[in-house]
Amino acid sequence: MPRPKKSTKSSAPEARGLPKAATGIQGLDEITGGGLPRGRPTLLCGSAGSGKTMLAAEFLVHGALQFGEPGVFMMFEESATELAQNLSSLGVDLDALQKHKKIAIDHVHIERNEIQETGEYDLEGLFIRLGHAIDSIGARRVVLDTLEALFAGLPNHAVLRAELRRLFRWLKDRGVTAVITAERGAESLTRYGLEEYVADCVILLDHRTVDQVSTRLLRVVKYRGTAHGTNEYPFLIGDDGISVLPITSMRLDHEASTERVSTGIDGLDDMLGGLGLYRGSSTLVSGAPGTGKSSVGASFVDAACRRGERALLFAYEESASQLRRNMRSIGFDLDQWERAGLLRIDASRPTLHGLEQHLVHMHDLVLRFKPSVVVVDPISNLTMERDDRALKPALMRLLDYLKQLGITALFTSLTTDVGIDIADSQVGVSSLMDTWVLLSNLAGNGERTRTLQVLKSRGMPHSHQVREFVMGDHGVDLIDVYLSGDRVLTGTARISQVAQEEAASDLRRRDHERRLKELANHRKAIDAQIAVLNAQAQERAGEVEFAIERERLTAEGHSARSRANAQSRDVPPPRPRPRQPATPTTPRKGAK
Amino acid sequence: MSTHKSSAKAAAAAEKALHEEEPEVAEWQLRLYVAGHTAKSIAAFENLKRVCETHLAGRYTIEVVDLLVNPRLAAGDQILAVPTLVRKFPEPIRKIIGDLSNEERVLVGLDVLPKR
Repeated sequence: MPRPKKSTKSSAPEARGLPKAATGIQGLDEITGGGLPRGRPTLLCGSAGSGKTMLAAEFLVHGALQFGEPGVFMMFEESATELAQNLSSLGVDLDALQKHKKIAIDHVHIERNEIQETGEYDLEGLFIRLGHAIDSIGARRVVLDTLEALFAGLPNHAVLRAELRRLFRWLKDRGVTAVITAERGAESLTRYGLEEYVADCVILLDHRTVDQVSTRLLRVVKYRGTAHGTNEYPFLIGDDGISVLPITSMRLDHEASTERVSTGIDGLDDMLGGLGLYRGSSTLVSGAPGTGKSSVGASFVDAACRRGERALLFAYEESASQLRRNMRSIGFDLDQWERAGLLRIDASRPTLHGLEQHLVHMHDLVLRFKPSVVVVDPISNLTMERDDRALKPALMRLLDYLKQLGITALFTSLTTDVGIDIADSQVGVSSLMDTWVLLSNLAGNGERTRTLQVLKSRGMPHSHQVREFVMGDHGVDLIDVYLSGDRVLTGTARISQVAQEEAASDLRRRDHERRLKELANHRKAIDAQIAVLNAQAQERAGEVEFAIERERLTAEGHSARSRANAQSRDVPPPRPRPRQPATPTTPRKGAK
Repeated sequence: MSTHKSSAKAAAAAEKALHEEEPEVAEWQLRLYVAGHTAKSIAAFENLKRVCETHLAGRYTIEVVDLLVNPRLAAGDQILAVPTLVRKFPEPIRKIIGDLSNEERVLVGLDVLPKR
């Protein structure tokens, strides 16, 4: 039994911050930065049914089972068997813990009408009992639940107060980490003002009912010497005990994946930079009734299962079988994935329980099924009996949880068809989301067209255009945006525009063909003319050559004749020949 | 019933011999829980003895339990305050806390008064 008996403060090392004793309660250790002040008493106050005993018991049980710190549970109200029953509902075997000396239980029971008071007394008996229990198992943790019952049992409050002051001092001296529960008072934190004795740490539990749905809330009112979250944190008592859901778990420190996953809708993937969503991101798909939100969800789930990943679908509007049937009609066979164990559809009415309970349920299922994709269809139904203000923190907690686990989440959300307050009612939630896809109905010209647009998508280029959204036999797809001038056309307008433009282009094509033919003909005509001219040119060239030849021949004939004449006369050629007008050939002839 | 035990207890308490009475006929079986030899516990014992001698002479046993010696006995009778006087018999069990300085209230507490 190593127990620091001396030292009025906590145990040995006070050097780096306040030593803390982890409660092992999900969320609470985060809020308090590691747990309750070690070696000091903590006051846990709250109204009846706010979960004080449960929290205190979990602190003790976790201490005994996880942190090797045995604990004493001193009860003033419940009996040991009642406590054992309550804890067995959480799967804790109190008898075994007692047997193994991990937990000691002492039930202090005082019956006012059995007790007479005469003269002076003190509560040494309580100290002795507590001390004995601590010593018997070497306890490091103590729970006193609910100490204030003493005020009802003992008439002399002056003595009692003095003794309580002594008790808290004594607990510190023993170096045990103590949790003292107390009833909430009307004006003070506790009915009998115990907070004035416990100065180190005060935690307040509350249990509020709004519109017939209850919410449990926890707040660290005071924690001397350490930083702590000061907000009210909703908490739940589920199958695994208490889990406090810190609104943002104080920090945003989840890993951001750069891996992309397909939404199952090629067109949407294209709009999101051609690659789809980031793994572990969250997407809001909002739209009026009948815009195809569930189909987008189903397509997302289908794509995940196709990749061989597990998907979890929370349906709050349709039963699982109805959903299966409806999705089959647009070509999604969810049955096969369920059979393969890849898909789990969890359908329930949102009114089944409050938002918190839904959250617990989701947490539970996510923890057990370990999906890589979660779809909630739709989240807006969860707020049916509430305002959106409650949804936001709840959703934030769910998102944090999913992100921490790297789960890609898609939430659908119903908006009114009118469209005016879409931004109003969604903007609170949408700011939490990484991607926001808006589905809307375009009515006009006697028909309604589904459209889809990506309002935002963090960290990726995305199309800003409105696409037409169609559901066919083979799932959901988007039709490429059809721009006509400065307008995006959808539905019949698009089809008629396409037809018109096709007709127009046909006409144009024929015109072009005609013009080309004309041109070809023209060229042919020109070619023919060129041929004629060529022929003429050749003809003339022939004539010219012929004339030249003839002239030459004539000239040659002349000179030959004159030479022959000269020879026939046989006279020596006259040396000095008188210059005669003769043909140029004569001098050449003479030279020769 | 618990007379045999009481004699042993008395020895352990090592105060003056407490059971002046014959063990067999103890009509009033009283047990006084104290924590060490404090002024309050001594006063309580003396006050108790005086009351008993006055009103129940010859019909009582007193067993003194020192919780510092036997801390585990505190739980059995649901002792918180010390000194506490427990009327084990006749039933029902009644408890008187304090140093028993007010005789009237001790008698009321023990339900002896009508007898007087």
